[in-house]
Amino acid sequence: MKMIPGRGQSIIESILGFVQSNIVEGNLGKKEGARFLPVITAIFITVLGMNVTGIVPGINLTGTSVIGLPLVLALVAYVTFIYAGVKKSGGGFFKSALFPSGVPAALYVIVTPIEFLSTFILRPVTLALRLLMNMIAGHMLLVLCFSATQFFFFSAGGFFALFGVGTLAFGFIFTIFEILVAVLQAYVFAFLTAAYIQLALAEDH
Amino acid sequence: MLSAILTAVAETKAAPNPLLPESYDIIWSAVCFAIILFVFWRKFLPSVKKTLDARSEAIEGGIKKAEIAQAEAAAALSQYKDQLAEGRAEAAKIRDQARADGTRILAELKEQAAIEAARITSNAQATIEAERQGALISLRAEVGSLAIDLASGVIGQSLSDDKRASTLVDQFLAELETDDKAKAGL
Repeated sequence: MKMIPGRGQSIIESILGFVQSNIVEGNLGKKEGARFLPVITAIFITVLGMNVTGIVPGINLTGTSVIGLPLVLALVAYVTFIYAGVKKSGGGFFKSALFPSGVPAALYVIVTPIEFLSTFILRPVTLALRLLMNMIAGHMLLVLCFSATQFFFFSAGGFFALFGVGTLAFGFIFTIFEILVAVLQAYVFAFLTAAYIQLALAEDH
Repeated sequence: MLSAILTAVAETKAAPNPLLPESYDIIWSAVCFAIILFVFWRKFLPSVKKTLDARSEAIEGGIKKAEIAQAEAAAALSQYKDQLAEGRAEAAKIRDQARADGTRILAELKEQAAIEAARITSNAQATIEAERQGALISLRAEVGSLAIDLASGVIGQSLSDDKRASTLVDQFLAELETDDKAKAGL
């Protein structure tokens, strides 16, 4: 790292700066953001890096389109936001998460199970599944387009080669789309992690 | 067509390697990848490079500008200090000069005054001397004639002959002078 950045350093700086200002400090503010910046940056870069492998010829599969990596990352996010909440307000975190204030006592019979489900079960599950399914769908689309192209060009032949041109064009478009999705999913994952931490840190919600 | 699909499927099922994607997947994704890479490399990268270079240049320029400004400020400060010291030295020099001039002028004036006084004194003395001489001469003539008048009156003998009279007076005065000198000698 130099004081006057070259090209490479500028790119790294702008990626890290994007995570810091848009995702972390936008959600958590400067003071709390500094504590959770490393973990959120690590999540963002990991997801992004693993997502873009889907369009690299010879790999053709995103690291996040098998359940392992999304599960681990979701677990990291889960542990992080529970840690943030417990560190901040101890047992009060679970109390305010499960028994939100301002609700009539009788309604806790319904509200508490819903809150428990949404906060402690659905959050990590949706984090993992959203990423996994996006990547699987993208991979499926690409494989479908490319295998159809192969089939129309070489197995079907003749008139069907025209279809092959069409499916190849779709494959090209979805390749570009996959780049967009890769960045977007990394952003969403990191953003939601920051948002969950912010909710856990908030006194009362 | 269905049989073609089935044979194609049967062909691909032959020996699946779990790590290696299917060959068609690699080939067609490579085609798309190559197109994207080319466009990125030719169209997108130059402008990105330009922006990044402009950014480093701006930062470098900013840092350099700040350094230049700082150096200028330091130079101005040292110049100001130099000027201040120079001014102080000059003021001291002028003060010393003025003091020396003052004493010199005072001495000159004193000298001039002494000379003037001496001149005036000597002038006065000369005047006095001249007046004394004049008085002496006129007295000598007058006293001579008076004495002769008196003597001629006394002895009843007119010494009308001028030549004899003046020799007599001179003789008398010479005696008087010698008498005076003798007194002064005492």
